[in-house]
Amino acid sequence: MINHIVLYPILVQLFFAIVLLFAWNSVRLQKSISIFGCIVSLALSIWLFITIWTKGTLTIQAGNWEAPFGITFVADIFAATLVLLTAISGLAVSIFSAGTILRARFKFGYLPIFHFLLLGLNGAFLTGDIFNLYVWFEIIIISSFVLITIGGEKKQLEGAIKYFTLNILASMIFLTAIAVLYGLTGSLNMADLALKVAEIENRGLVEITALLFLIGFGIKAAIFPLYFWLPASYHTPPPAVMAIFGGLLTKVGVYALIRVFTLIFVGEDFLETIILSIAGLTLFSGAVGALVQNNIVKIFSYLIICHIGFMILGLGLYTEAAIAGAVFYLIHDIVVKTNLFMVSGLIYRIKGTFSMRDLGGLYAHYPMFSLLMIIPLFSLIGIPPLSGFWPKLALITESFKIGNYWLIGAVLFATFITLFVIARMWSEVFWKDGPVLNKVPNFRYFQLLNKRQKLQMIVPMVFLAMVSLYIGFGAEHIQRLSSRIAVELMNNQLYIEAVLNK
Amino acid sequence: MEFLLALVTGLLYAAGLYMMLRRSLVKLIIGLILIGNGANMLIFLLGRITKGLPPIIPEESKVFLEPYADPVPQALILTAIVISFGLQSFAIVLIKRAYKVVKTDDLDQMNSTDEYS
Repeated sequence: MINHIVLYPILVQLFFAIVLLFAWNSVRLQKSISIFGCIVSLALSIWLFITIWTKGTLTIQAGNWEAPFGITFVADIFAATLVLLTAISGLAVSIFSAGTILRARFKFGYLPIFHFLLLGLNGAFLTGDIFNLYVWFEIIIISSFVLITIGGEKKQLEGAIKYFTLNILASMIFLTAIAVLYGLTGSLNMADLALKVAEIENRGLVEITALLFLIGFGIKAAIFPLYFWLPASYHTPPPAVMAIFGGLLTKVGVYALIRVFTLIFVGEDFLETIILSIAGLTLFSGAVGALVQNNIVKIFSYLIICHIGFMILGLGLYTEAAIAGAVFYLIHDIVVKTNLFMVSGLIYRIKGTFSMRDLGGLYAHYPMFSLLMIIPLFSLIGIPPLSGFWPKLALITESFKIGNYWLIGAVLFATFITLFVIARMWSEVFWKDGPVLNKVPNFRYFQLLNKRQKLQMIVPMVFLAMVSLYIGFGAEHIQRLSSRIAVELMNNQLYIEAVLNK
Repeated sequence: MEFLLALVTGLLYAAGLYMMLRRSLVKLIIGLILIGNGANMLIFLLGRITKGLPPIIPEESKVFLEPYADPVPQALILTAIVISFGLQSFAIVLIKRAYKVVKTDDLDQMNSTDEYS
């Protein structure tokens, strides 16, 4: 039974999370198990990806209950790609954590929770049941609550309260939406829902349900005007946690939006208008927010919001090329954002501050690191031929086709502001002669770390930079992948047939 | 019965939202709990309420002959209750820690994370 491999990425994370619980007392052992677990998970994800690429969508019915009655796990090419990206980011962050997280945090079970988070992410990508998706979302948020609060600093707790409240509210709205949808259709299987929702005559009710989903996932994806929790909380935990949050947590919201609005709620003009306006406003407000900040991590937080707009825009345009652009952007963004927060972590270790005003002179003292950091920074802007360029090209072309010049304006504005912010950051952090900073007592500066810890910080950054470069220079492959994903997403019949065996 | 449940659901959502809009941390958590209960009631309500008809097929037939109580919403509610129980216990511990560290329960004063730095 080849279908079993759909479950392996989920089971392997669960297995290693439990094994890590048994190694509670030995931090060193935990680190090794975690890195080993992430490598195994990466290997399994690659296997899953290659199988799906050659054989097409695989499904497995939990407990052998035929769909639509049981819980279905579906690995189509979109889900498999995201599982692969989760494994890549997970491996990088696991190595980075081993080098940067304080021992005290490891003592309180940082690594098991980290693997539970990856478990939730893989589950959310692979499930084909809307209520099961809710459960995976809860696993993700409860793990992220622990990761954001572990350590218990004042700013962490304050950030956690905002993060916590809005995420629980989002879950409740999501649950409400599921309740209404179940009342309307009597089904929870996403493929079955797609068939049944299309037949409902009362479109008003369907639109309201769709809006509830949009709000619920929108809070998690941090779209305009629901994003205010993100810049208030993302800069509080340690950089390794920020990296996994920035890279994957908002993206799982985007994944859910793309999945629900290409499979279940399709062809509603009303929704397309709303999604397009939201996309434009997200691009605009995220960019303006990034413009005024001085703390580099807060700038990155606002850039997350800004760049969510690109993916939502692709979803709103709803053509094959636009969806392909959105998916390409998603692939690029997961790798780059994870890397960016690790970059900020390295800068923090070297200088002991996140404030641009106090930073400076990195290029003079660390030219090689600066070159390493320039890759994610410039990929983010989308300077050709780096990875951010290609999806933006697709999105702008598609906006031209429908003749919506506001959207083109928003995309160009957001890109330009990103360029401006990164250029300013480059001159402030790398080129300027920084002021002489007072040494913070008891702070583990980069120079004081031993060789292994230094390597544990640099290796994941090099690894992700390589992946980024591949996405940029091998854009042809990624484009082929995202086009295939877009074809599958636009023809939801394929998904339905794969799940229901019709 | 439906009317009563709809009324209760609406009340729970309204009260929950109202409590969440207050400034006190404790009221925030109470608001979240109320909204969670409202959502559970809504699932129960929308799963169609049937009185005294368990989903058991009579021995002599192979299909359901009359409308039966749908067991799925109850399974959903059970799952949702367990999840929200976990989240709420975490929330209560979190606000206690936050109160001890920040020394206020006024949400308006918890703004150091938004300050320009």
